[in-house]
Amino acid sequence: MSETNGNSKNKLHGLWALTNRELKKWYKAPVIFILSIIQPILWMGFLGKAMNIGAIFSGSQISLPQTNPPLTQPQLLQLEQFFAGLQSSIMQGAFNTTDYFSYMAVGMIAFTALFTTMFSGMSVVWDRRLGFLNKALSTPVSRAVIISAKVLSATLRSMFQAGIIVLVAVAFGLQLGVGFNPVNILGVFAIMFLVCVGLSSIFIAITIRSTRIETPMAVVNLINLPLMFASNAFFPIKLMPDWLQTIAAFNPLSYTTDAVRQLLIFSTDWATLAWDFTCVGIFAVAFATIGIVLSWRFLSK
Amino acid sequence: MSEEVIKAEGLTKVFNKHLTAVDHVNFSVKQGEIFGFLGPNGAGKTTTINMLITILKPTEGKASVSNFDIAKQDFNVRNVIGVVPQEYTADEDLTGLENILLCADLYGIPRNVAKERAMELLKLVELTDFKDKKVQTFSGGMRRRLELACGLINRPKVLFLDEPTLGLDVQTRAATWNYIKLLKKNYGMTLFMTTHYLEEADVLCDRVAIIDHGKIVVVGSPEELKHSLGGDLITLAIKEDEDVSGLIQKVEHVKEVRREDGAYRIKAELGEITTPFIIEALRKKGYTVTRLSLTEPTLNEVYLEYTGKSMRDAEESREAFAAQRMTMRRARQ
Repeated sequence: MSETNGNSKNKLHGLWALTNRELKKWYKAPVIFILSIIQPILWMGFLGKAMNIGAIFSGSQISLPQTNPPLTQPQLLQLEQFFAGLQSSIMQGAFNTTDYFSYMAVGMIAFTALFTTMFSGMSVVWDRRLGFLNKALSTPVSRAVIISAKVLSATLRSMFQAGIIVLVAVAFGLQLGVGFNPVNILGVFAIMFLVCVGLSSIFIAITIRSTRIETPMAVVNLINLPLMFASNAFFPIKLMPDWLQTIAAFNPLSYTTDAVRQLLIFSTDWATLAWDFTCVGIFAVAFATIGIVLSWRFLSK
Repeated sequence: MSEEVIKAEGLTKVFNKHLTAVDHVNFSVKQGEIFGFLGPNGAGKTTTINMLITILKPTEGKASVSNFDIAKQDFNVRNVIGVVPQEYTADEDLTGLENILLCADLYGIPRNVAKERAMELLKLVELTDFKDKKVQTFSGGMRRRLELACGLINRPKVLFLDEPTLGLDVQTRAATWNYIKLLKKNYGMTLFMTTHYLEEADVLCDRVAIIDHGKIVVVGSPEELKHSLGGDLITLAIKEDEDVSGLIQKVEHVKEVRREDGAYRIKAELGEITTPFIIEALRKKGYTVTRLSLTEPTLNEVYLEYTGKSMRDAEESREAFAAQRMTMRRARQ
């Protein structure tokens, strides 16, 4: 009897099996699956529609100071027109679009990438505690494949959610940019893929060492919202204080969000888009390498 | 064939530079035998198994499985071994069949071969009827059998079982023993198992090693070990009132005779063989034996002798561990 029984010599064997194992936990559990779709919709609906920043600048919200003599009707009309113009020019200047909802809905995509990848890292802790990790380690499957499967499943999940968000956002009244081309959607998936690979690699490297679920949970809770707000997901970087701008400039979420905005709602600036892709690409490659090397070291102790 | 399938020489594992879990352990396991690792909690059983299945790297010393070095040829080792871990590692959200196929994928076994083998293994462990049920619905015994099937998917030369009957009830435990015996008979497989159930080691193992504080204190077949304690206990009574201690003492292999309450407590080696000789000797002199019992020492005495620990203490913390594991599983759902 041959020792390996004609087992595959392919170094990547098991990658899809392990990835699919993770994904099955998600798409075969209807409640979790539906919740993961509803969650971004709720956020987008409540946060995006509630923070109707544009309305602040419309004339109807402002009670004019009394003047002596009182303003005449034509003067009031003129003032109203002035405010309307001011509103769109302020919005255009700050957000590069007149519709804050469109601005924010796109930020939601980066938000989903962050949250989904963070929490998928948690499953490593379970695999450790329940002994599955040890079992996988005793099979000929490569250590790198075990980690890559985690990264890949988190990434595929986030990409699926990103697709849902785009669809829902359009239904909620997302204003697509001039010159929008359906092919741009592929670009959205590409940038999501890159950022998710990078993010989940970091989280898995953090999580793989801990035997308790509380530790990575605390780390995630500490960094997720700050990371979110120190990006352009909800507010433009150029209006932030200098020190925060510096942080935001190193935040991969900023580049991801900007790339998606360029693709969907802005009139695409190809140079900026290329720069965004370069930054996120470097981030993905660097952190995936660091994450996988660290985890690999840890697994072959 | 008495080829040495597992061979450990000075195998040592030190955690965090000061905690020596396994301390220069030497042993070898022959082709086709069931080798048991027996010891109290924290003795180093699981650490040893983890080194042999290449999850942990030894700090010092070396070991080989099927002639592959566990440190240098770990990939080859992983291909020829099967592992049935202490925990229930099967995925709760997948069905029994899906779990076996997942294991097959980890070994890179082509799908058509894997399906065929999975069906065969499901039949072996009598789970064919449950193959499409989610593991969530499985009982402890079924899960254990599924683990067994998963460990066999690559047709391993050596199967490692870490506490194969931990937390199972008496009947399920006995059933699991039957599967293990069947494996040895049908596949001529070499099995390496750790256990803390002494009767389990006694029933299943061809040889056992008792390990304590990271060191092997004794290796031998359960029979040898029991005999090493100084033999069996024979209790007999005769009709007559005379003291026949001197007479019994002269019989070969008898080591010690004591008269208590009209009965004789005799310590003798090879009790089954010695007893007839004692009866013979008494009869020749015209004495009538009215009552006789032969008690063999159990591994329990052996264990106590070599580790100086009562098995019950270890047992209690084991049960606590099993209970904790159940809680964790519930917590996950």
